[in-house]
Amino acid sequence: MITGRVLGLVLLWSALAAPAALGATPSPEVETRTRAIASELRCVVCQNLSVADSPSDMAKEMRNLVREQVEQGKPNQEIMEYFVSRYGEFVLLSPPKRGFNLLVWGLPFVGLMAGAIGVYVAARRWTHRPPPAGSAPPVDPTYAARVRRELEARQRGEGS
Amino acid sequence: MSWKKLLIPLAAVPIVILLAYGFRTDPRSIPSPLVLKPAPDFRLSLLNGGEVSLASLRGTPVIVNFWASWCYPACYDEAPLLEATWRKYKDQGLTLLGVVIQDTEPNAREFMRKFDFTFPNGLDPGSRISIDFGVYGVPETYFIDRQGRIVSKHVGALTSGLIETQIRTLLAAPPGG
Repeated sequence: MITGRVLGLVLLWSALAAPAALGATPSPEVETRTRAIASELRCVVCQNLSVADSPSDMAKEMRNLVREQVEQGKPNQEIMEYFVSRYGEFVLLSPPKRGFNLLVWGLPFVGLMAGAIGVYVAARRWTHRPPPAGSAPPVDPTYAARVRRELEARQRGEGS
Repeated sequence: MSWKKLLIPLAAVPIVILLAYGFRTDPRSIPSPLVLKPAPDFRLSLLNGGEVSLASLRGTPVIVNFWASWCYPACYDEAPLLEATWRKYKDQGLTLLGVVIQDTEPNAREFMRKFDFTFPNGLDPGSRISIDFGVYGVPETYFIDRQGRIVSKHVGALTSGLIETQIRTLLAAPPGG
């Protein structure tokens, strides 16, 4: 019967179209890109987690929005810039390397170098200290001779 | 040689200054990049029926308040103030819109019933409006002038002093802007 065939076709079509209509599993490329972008965004609720990792509802909604923009074909940079335009640079987990942020990136290395130099200088100074006051001041020769004579006299005195 | 003894305590001074500054700023308060920029347009399906778009309100000052029924105690603290403000200023050309973030309709309606909200409120499915406004917690309130620019954002429960000051500024601004 024709109605049977039509029904069959309609069923077949809806079986094929329904997953797309219901927005079922997006392609792996979309998921990969979504995850990559989400892992560079800070979850604004659990602020030490990325949007990819955070279990909060807000992070889930942000992931959905990222996925939607990826599916619309927007480039990664544009999607990140959208979130920055709403939340500021704080939403990026890695602050961009420019301006004041260079201090954040550079200061630890500068600090490490300064510390290393400081340790080196201090070590040199402490190991090359001039000899202590134990180094004998120049001795008066008359006193030295007299001490020697008295010592010898005493030894002879004790010997006998 | 005595100045060398002061070196270590002196070196601590900039660190102490930095800490004193740092501990007084709230690390959770993120300055909004949207202040003084045009407010993002949105359509809100109102819980009491109908729909409103922000763009259609151009010419009147608008206060957009993001709240949720699970936001305790701050949203509960400011709810009576919101409703009182609405009743006082709605005939003076001010619009107040409530956007319910990450909540269910029954909970939102219960909250509105509890505080006798008569101003327009709507849910934000998918948090699109919230993300568009850079909302990161509740409650947050955005003060929008007649030209549709966000003039300020307040995070946390509103106080009457704050809201009065903002409204007076918004209403005083000439329409031409």
